[in-house]
Amino acid sequence: MTGDENQPVAALRVSDLYKRFGALDVLRGVSLSAHERDVVAIMGASGSGKSTLLRCINLLDIPDAGEIRVGGELICMTFDRRGQRGPADRRQVDRVRTRLGMVFQRFNLWSHLTVLQNIIEAPIHVLGIPRRQAIAHAEHLLHKVGLHDKRDTFPAHLSGGQEQRAAIARALAMEPEVMLLDEPTSALDPELVGEVLKVIDALAEEGRTMLIVTHEIGFARAVSSRTIFLHEGTIAEEGPSWQVLDHPRSDRLKRFLSNSSGGDRARSRLIGGDDKR
Amino acid sequence: MMSLDLHGYGWMLWQGLERTIMVGLAAMGLAVAFGLLGAWGKFSRYRAARWFAGLYTTVVRGVPELILILLVYYGVPTLVQDLAAGAGHDLRIDLNPFVAGVITIGLIYGAFATEVFRGAFLAIPRGQIEAARAFGMGHVLVVRRVVLPQMWRFALPGLGNVWMVLIKATALISLIQLDELMRSADIAARATRLPFTFFFAASLLYLGITVVSMLVQGRIEAWADRGSRQG
Ligand SMILES: Nc1ncnc2c1ncn2[C@@H]1O[C@H](COP(=O)(O)OP(=O)(O)O)[C@@H](O)[C@H]1O
Ligand SMILES: [Mg+2]
Repeated sequence: MTGDENQPVAALRVSDLYKRFGALDVLRGVSLSAHERDVVAIMGASGSGKSTLLRCINLLDIPDAGEIRVGGELICMTFDRRGQRGPADRRQVDRVRTRLGMVFQRFNLWSHLTVLQNIIEAPIHVLGIPRRQAIAHAEHLLHKVGLHDKRDTFPAHLSGGQEQRAAIARALAMEPEVMLLDEPTSALDPELVGEVLKVIDALAEEGRTMLIVTHEIGFARAVSSRTIFLHEGTIAEEGPSWQVLDHPRSDRLKRFLSNSSGGDRARSRLIGGDDKR
Repeated sequence: MMSLDLHGYGWMLWQGLERTIMVGLAAMGLAVAFGLLGAWGKFSRYRAARWFAGLYTTVVRGVPELILILLVYYGVPTLVQDLAAGAGHDLRIDLNPFVAGVITIGLIYGAFATEVFRGAFLAIPRGQIEAARAFGMGHVLVVRRVVLPQMWRFALPGLGNVWMVLIKATALISLIQLDELMRSADIAARATRLPFTFFFAASLLYLGITVVSMLVQGRIEAWADRGSRQG
């Protein structure tokens, strides 16, 4: 790892990730890296393994093979007595997870806590930040995502767009090195998509490192520096977003892009294919 | 308010009521503890724990309560004495009926509470547990900060139900000579030869406990539900 001192360590580096569910090979050798301030868009049809990729990165799913490095730190894996692969050190995984801010398609806010409580929960109980300080930070974030008037509201009383903005604030509160966003607007009514995209756009502006799974082509083009197109568990195409999105090489990606312009979100919601999380 | 002439046994009934409530509360506390333990067992990754939890709920729910009470009160001390005698010790054990009653009722309703907690755990949206893990919470934190607080909310209606059946089941302890409400009423009824009066009075008192419990339960549920859409 000490090889080239001038080359900055990637904020996130994934090499040769494999994941199978039963007989289904979901990821078949995926490698990617994101340097600081990179915004990487991940696209692909429903079921192509986008969520699985993000979930493997923070070990919510355990990859069958491959390496994950966060800020240069390799997540150590081992095999248990039954030959099952798993993290060698649970505490390392917990530590690494605090550095990866996850935003879920279905928000997954804790429903027994108010918006503010959701945001300060992990900073206080996981990072050990003093309550007063956590609250001050949360207030700042709430202003940023435009939710300050909802600080004492329970998630059930929010719109989807508000929930997702609260979830983004919750992730930001950990001051993560990399944000992982899994279709942050796919579960939203069309009129609520804009407010969430605007918040994410602002994060890109301030130089956050992000991996965003999205079907919003226009958004990906505007916000991301690189786009990765996943197909059947491998990276079928990748490059600068303008190139991948405006000059796709493969027919598959061309077809995907022409189908996606507009109709894809509605369709994936109707099919409900990957909406479970 | 109708008036019942209790022929001076009112005080005794009152003391019986107090004791019933004490047995009930203590047994309920134990049932909740056994219930949490049982639910933990059912979801444990250790096969032995799962097996034991399954055995527990099956046996306890399958055997009549009365038999279990007599088994604990008369059977366990005898068994221990025999075992001790076998090992060459002379031992006399007298189980306090209050303790025996609380343990048995707690054990029995712990099995029902296990099922309540099991259902409550399953009712927690998986995504919320996953979010907790994704934010770096370890096992203990996830349980303490996300699982338990949410489980309570889903478990409350079921636990309320367990409590109401449990409080009625405490009447069975009268069989092991504990002067709770049922036995007090029985004694008074025999002494005065007025069974209707005393059993009727006792029913009113049991009913009273139930009504008060329902009111309290409603309050608690409203409080616990404050984060839900209806709340
Ligand atoms: N926990 C799981 N168990 C079994 N199959 C799964 C699981 N998670 C995902 N899959 C399957 O893996 C494939 C990829 O899923 P996913 O990563 O969610 O795709 P995407 O997010 O690209 O739509 C799908 O066919 C899905 O059904
Ligand atoms: Mg998905």
